[in-house]
Amino acid sequence: MIKKNWWKIIAVVLVLYTIIAGFLFKVPAQPILHETIRNLYFHVPMWFAMMVILFVSVWHSIKYLNKSTIESDIVASQAAHTGMLVGALGLITGSFWAKYTWGAWWVADTKLNGAAITMLIYMAYFVLRGSIDEEQKRARIAAVYNILAYVMLIVFLMILPRMNDSLHPGNGGNPGFNSYDLDSTMRLVFYPAVLGWIVLVVWIFTLRVRTEKLKRKTLLNE
Amino acid sequence: MLFKQIQYLIIKELKLEMRNKYALGGILLYVVSTVFVCYLSFKKIIDPRTWNALFWIILLFASINAVAKSFISETRGKLLYLYTLVSPQAVILSKIIYNSFLLILLSSLCLFVYTLFVGNIIQDIQLFFVTLLLGSFGFSSLLTMVSAIASKSSNNFTLMAILSFPIMIPLLMVLLKLSKNAIDGLEQWDTNYLIVLVFLNVIIVALSYLLFRYLWRD
Repeated sequence: MIKKNWWKIIAVVLVLYTIIAGFLFKVPAQPILHETIRNLYFHVPMWFAMMVILFVSVWHSIKYLNKSTIESDIVASQAAHTGMLVGALGLITGSFWAKYTWGAWWVADTKLNGAAITMLIYMAYFVLRGSIDEEQKRARIAAVYNILAYVMLIVFLMILPRMNDSLHPGNGGNPGFNSYDLDSTMRLVFYPAVLGWIVLVVWIFTLRVRTEKLKRKTLLNE
Repeated sequence: MLFKQIQYLIIKELKLEMRNKYALGGILLYVVSTVFVCYLSFKKIIDPRTWNALFWIILLFASINAVAKSFISETRGKLLYLYTLVSPQAVILSKIIYNSFLLILLSSLCLFVYTLFVGNIIQDIQLFFVTLLLGSFGFSSLLTMVSAIASKSSNNFTLMAILSFPIMIPLLMVLLKLSKNAIDGLEQWDTNYLIVLVFLNVIIVALSYLLFRYLWRD
């Protein structure tokens, strides 16, 4: 794990900047969207962060199958947990946004389906983990399922948008934010926001890994 | 070497299946009675979307039931015996091939009974058959792998369903789209979706080939 602290300071600064600038800076005035356009700084980075952290998870699962060190298993499962946390936040922020722009909490949309399936896959992953008692065996079986599911998920996320249009901005003929953002003020907040949220999520993830290892240690000492 | 082993293992599966025919008969009866229940509750279906969805849902559940037993019913001793004799790749590939034959049989029967009772609205029967063949193969490979995973845990029948549903959705969406095209009888075959379907099958088989050896050593 990374011992230095500077990147944590960066995370705090960037997220603080995102919250302050995200709520106060000028945004393009658009019909229907109005001020909800600010959700771009909170909703979209969640999905970037989720994909990053789920990639970490599957990477450590592959590592576990190669080396069989239990640490990789702890990292993989905690990364998946953190991914679910971020995914839930993404769903909640998206749901509120959808209520005010599309008029419903949930609509039949390709991206929403993708998100729902991601949640289902990882919940199944946790159920699978819970149903095996032996530690090494659990780690191995869970790693196999994680890799299988992740590959299917990526394929799904690649195929699905080609089958149906999405209602999301930037898809299916809807203008994306880059077409409103003529003087790049939104980019000035959006890019730091993405970086800030990703680093913050990585921080949460490292904390989870540390607590899990400590729990394991106390368990072994008892 | 690998082909020889696969061949022997498939013959072994066939022999075992023939020895207790009631298991096979049970699965086939399962399909027939499910279709009949659907017929009694829906009568004739004319709407293509409903027809299509119902057909694949019946087939999905029947497939899960048919494939679930492939690893879950294996005893520890039998697996240990196989472990000393053949390579893991041969085991998984032979199971996948055997299960695809089983599912092709199952889906053909399902199609026959379903069109008989619920009504035949398919306009392009060739495309429907191609979809059904590729679908059976895809179902078989994915479900065989998930059955291997689920068999390692306690409460494995529940697990089989929750593990397989979310990862089967990509496959199912493409199948639904293709069979809808077949029902509507479009002039041209949508080759893009066929390519995607073949590509999905290749990925699943490749993953099973690579990952199964980590599953079966205990």
